Amino acid sequence: MFLYQKTLEFPIRVDSTNPALAELILEQLGGADGEMAAGMRYLTQRYYMPLPEARALLTDIGTEELSHWEMIATIVWKLVEHAPIEKIKNSPYAAHFADHGRNPFPHNAAGMPFTATYFNAKSDPIADLHEDMAAEQKARATYEHLIQLSDDHGVNQALSFLREREIVHFQRFGEMLDKVQDYMYSNRHKRNRNNRENLIMDHDIIMDNNSRYR
Amino acid sequence: MTNRYNDDLEKLMALQFAIVELNLFLDTHPDSEQALQDYHKLLEQFEAAKKMYIEKYGPLVNFGYGKSRFPWQWVNEPWPWDM
Repeated sequence: MFLYQKTLEFPIRVDSTNPALAELILEQLGGADGEMAAGMRYLTQRYYMPLPEARALLTDIGTEELSHWEMIATIVWKLVEHAPIEKIKNSPYAAHFADHGRNPFPHNAAGMPFTATYFNAKSDPIADLHEDMAAEQKARATYEHLIQLSDDHGVNQALSFLREREIVHFQRFGEMLDKVQDYMYSNRHKRNRNNRENLIMDHDIIMDNNSRYR
Repeated sequence: MTNRYNDDLEKLMALQFAIVELNLFLDTHPDSEQALQDYHKLLEQFEAAKKMYIEKYGPLVNFGYGKSRFPWQWVNEPWPWDM
């Protein structure tokens, strides 16, 4: 069950009314490496993780990503909330306004709506944790692009905070990948099987753990 | 809302963030006694800050995590994007 706490993870102060910047920030709301994709990715991958710590980490980082999604939506909202229509009309936000008005609807900076094809869940802990680490690095790169594009000090403080969170998450996922690999390979070495059976065994290890922690 | 409200809220948010960070660290270092001690230390401060917030302003979390005065305060406390 999810609960809602009436706070942001980090305070959002925006120094300008800036629809053009809002359009760019939408990249992290509904883009390929954005916060919505991140939250959905981790919460979707939890079920078959072979270690209980991995299930906890995906739950906790997935939940934190939802609060980042809320931070991004808040930035976009504050950048357009008081924007006069004349300021919107001649900005790149005008196309967004035609459909959604001032609502921070999730699409990327170029207007592509959010899609679940931005992430995957493979029932394979090693593949998934590698995707997760790559996702954090790609999001870090996106934040660096956005910081270069933004002249709004308040927005940049929030973007810098979010960029740092990508680095911390990458670190935690890396630690978890090591643990999961150690665990899976130590089990494999205990039994002397051929390759095809090893593949099947990986699945068995996951299933064993599924029942152990149920 | 008042500056006082914002100060109270930001104190709470700072503690919450430190707790988030330690929680993730503990997920990959469940055997770190030092991290767990730090976690408990912050938790005490966080519990006290939450209690004060709820008494002054009403529920901080929906679905049963804090009492409300009459009339139901949850609908009137400001939302994060309004501050």
